[in-house]
Amino acid sequence: MRKLWTSLDPRLRGFVVLALCAFIPLLDGNPSHLNVLADAATFILLALGLNIVVGFAGLLDLGYAAFFAIGSYAYAMLASPQFGVHIPFWVMLFVASGIAGIFGILLGAPTLRLRGDYLAIVTLGFGEIVPQTFLNLSQWTNGPNGIGPLDQPVLFNYRFGLHTLPYYFVGLALVALAIVVVHNLQDSRLGRSWMAIREDELAAAHMGINTTKAKLSAFALGASFSGLAGVAYGAKLNLVSPDQFQFNVSIFVLSMLVLGGMGNIYGVIAGSFLLSALERFILPQATIFAHDLGFSQVDFSNYRFLMYGLILVSIMLFRPAGLFPSRQRAAELTAGKTDEMVAAHEQSLYTEAIK
Amino acid sequence: MSILVLRGLTQRFGGLVAVKEVDFEIEEGTIVAMIGPNGAGKSTVFNVITGIYRPTAGTVEFNGKAIQGRKTSDIAALGIARTFQNIRLFAFMSSLDNVMTGRHSRMRATLADALLHTPAAAKEERLVKERASEILRFCGLERDAHTFATNLPYGAQRRLEIARALAGDPKLLLLDEPAAGMNPIEKEELVGLIRRIRETGVTIFLIEHDMSLVMQISERIAVLDYGEKIAEGAPEAIRTNERVIEAYLGKPA
Repeated sequence: MRKLWTSLDPRLRGFVVLALCAFIPLLDGNPSHLNVLADAATFILLALGLNIVVGFAGLLDLGYAAFFAIGSYAYAMLASPQFGVHIPFWVMLFVASGIAGIFGILLGAPTLRLRGDYLAIVTLGFGEIVPQTFLNLSQWTNGPNGIGPLDQPVLFNYRFGLHTLPYYFVGLALVALAIVVVHNLQDSRLGRSWMAIREDELAAAHMGINTTKAKLSAFALGASFSGLAGVAYGAKLNLVSPDQFQFNVSIFVLSMLVLGGMGNIYGVIAGSFLLSALERFILPQATIFAHDLGFSQVDFSNYRFLMYGLILVSIMLFRPAGLFPSRQRAAELTAGKTDEMVAAHEQSLYTEAIK
Repeated sequence: MSILVLRGLTQRFGGLVAVKEVDFEIEEGTIVAMIGPNGAGKSTVFNVITGIYRPTAGTVEFNGKAIQGRKTSDIAALGIARTFQNIRLFAFMSSLDNVMTGRHSRMRATLADALLHTPAAAKEERLVKERASEILRFCGLERDAHTFATNLPYGAQRRLEIARALAGDPKLLLLDEPAAGMNPIEKEELVGLIRRIRETGVTIFLIEHDMSLVMQISERIAVLDYGEKIAEGAPEAIRTNERVIEAYLGKPA
């Protein structure tokens, strides 16, 4: 059974898992659980997008929530009574990911010469500027009140309304789309050039890789994923406001990569799922449980940043490459202490794997 | 015909003149070496040729076209490939991926191809993989195709750099100290490899400190000292050239 499973194309394996996920609502119709899962799908999209920028191209982006905001606001402005423009949800998925992609290029362009810490600082700045801008452009965005209600998606005369179920399926479909795209990118000329840039930018240029174009395409594609996520999230919530896109969202998504395993698609998905579940399900449930036991003062949700901190520190200590690391990351992080044995062990694992 | 012509090439870094009015021509299909004491400006010449630096003065002509100051990636696409003095492989990519990356400038797949995994792109990918495996075999690395570059033994890393450079079907191959740190057996293999590369029609321009290797394979040698070309000629002539001996050993007291 295991052999059959590993012999399948990884794309196919992803689809089998997603197809199984499509049956979850039959087993558990609790709308609040489905709500958690639908939001988890949004964060998986975000994490897969950020993974292109950080995991593949090695460009540390601490302001990724900016593109999430841009995607959401694009939907809010072009599909709501705000300006009387009502572009359908399905069209907006493409439009918003395009807009977010363009902003990915605009915000990426000034950072092209920066690497590592310096890049992180500048992107952090952008991550602060964008929500601030939406906050202050109050004549268009209603400032802190946000924009709402937003148009509900309609599929063949079926109005989504405020049910969670259809959003869950939309989320699932978008994740499936994202997995296919990321897989395609990974084994492509472009994907290789991102990894080459991550490893050695100067050498990459000597291979004929136009590093400017390659980096901008990483920023653009990464941002376009969060455009998709922004539309899906905004439509489900029916409201978009600046406080949904604070710095902690960028860090939350980055933590998902670190937890799951940067560079590895399924690691990233697992990481986002686990952190989403912790934030939206496990901590609230634990609080209810504590209340039932009579500790009525306890609210575990207040400790979530403490939890993230603990998780990240433990990951760094015990599994620095993440729960499900990519082969590269695992090797990189053991390289410091690499002796013949580690190398030989990895080699044997890999030759096993390719058999 | 000359494949590469340097005319009056000068590179200044602030007050330091790293390369001073160097004139040099390389015939197509030959193996040519550039030697000189440490800090003589040899690697700087390479860096100017591949577009890392824009020369302060002078021209670099490749196949009759001036290329000085153009983007490194464009120059690579024209058919100049190189290796580095300090190995600069893509450490955490497999040997095969390193070589496939080396073929970047000969590939056509666009962003849309990558996103949609088009049949044309899939076919190209397959052909490139085959070609890359061929090149690995040519360089004696076929057994290491799936090993991370960083896990290869030193000599193999040097050969992988050459393999990666060859992947782009270059017309001119620049080798920056290809034998550095190699043991005698590895050097022997390297000489064989360089000769076989030349037989495929690639012109080779190398920087090297190992004199026996240089004398063994070069048809012409240029000598650089303090950024100036002090001699040029066949190996025999260079071996006995007084200025060269002086540059390496100092003036007799």
